[in-house]
Amino acid sequence: MNALKTAWEEFLSLFIDDGSLAIGILVWVAIVGLLFPRLPNSTQWGAPLLFVGLAAILVENVLRRARKS
Amino acid sequence: MNWTHAGPTILAAFLASFVEFVEALTIVLAVGIVRGWRSALIGVFSGVAFLTVLVLIFGPALSRVPIHVLQLILGVLLLLFGLRWLRKAILRAAGVLKLHDEAAAFEKETKTLKALGLPTTGATDMIAVTTSFKAVTVEGLEVVFIVIATGAASRMLPAAALGATAAGLLVVLLGLAVHRPLAKVPENTLKFSVGVLLSAFGTFWTGAGVGLAWPGEDLSLLWLVAAFLGVGLTAVPLARRKPMPVVETSESEVL
Repeated sequence: MNALKTAWEEFLSLFIDDGSLAIGILVWVAIVGLLFPRLPNSTQWGAPLLFVGLAAILVENVLRRARKS
Repeated sequence: MNWTHAGPTILAAFLASFVEFVEALTIVLAVGIVRGWRSALIGVFSGVAFLTVLVLIFGPALSRVPIHVLQLILGVLLLLFGLRWLRKAILRAAGVLKLHDEAAAFEKETKTLKALGLPTTGATDMIAVTTSFKAVTVEGLEVVFIVIATGAASRMLPAAALGATAAGLLVVLLGLAVHRPLAKVPENTLKFSVGVLLSAFGTFWTGAGVGLAWPGEDLSLLWLVAAFLGVGLTAVPLARRKPMPVVETSESEVL
């Protein structure tokens, strides 16, 4: 039973390691999913902007972690 | 099977699963060498049976989920998973985090297993069984997720399963051949590549899941891979720890 519990905890940790990265991703996806469809022509530029936001979240998180060390 | 579409799925599933199988092999090898192969293999087969049951229970349910919902859920999970790997690989490549050392992991596992005392001859060694079972289920769950996440959103589960199976067979064959942990595998490079691929897949499916149109449709996966690779490679030197500048001090300052 303990092994299964550990396996489950390890499985969850696959997705959440640094909390701020996970929150940043989820918030950006929520903004894109909820807000973009209401904006004009968003189907054209929405997808590339989804990538730009995710890349910015990643780089900011990496640099913040690097500064801490 | 359309290889143009299936190729990236097979590659992503192969590379990601390869890393997980290598990690499982390290622990199983340590268990087998220290505590005996019979109990180690009982743990391995129990883990594989457990994972098979999980796949048989949850696998068919996936086909009943509407494709847009599936794309969004798997896309977000892939983003969390892929960007986490990419972040770690960037920090490791930049020297901020220590590189994962498979030989050191093997040594540590061996030491821990020896410290628990030697098993009784002939009897099933429950420490060996549970340790191998845990290794196989933990790493195996990751492989199952990778196969589902890279394959289900595009209805390409067989292609993803093919990639993961090939990786598993390769690791088992290499393990049988060298009988040592695969310490020479360039793990961080692999994790960097996998992080790039999974982040690209995750972005693509998340966008599709919320109803956004990708320019060039499926082909945009290629520019997403190139773009994440570019971002990752640019972030490494930016994050690299700069050595502290040597401050020249004059004698008067010292005094």
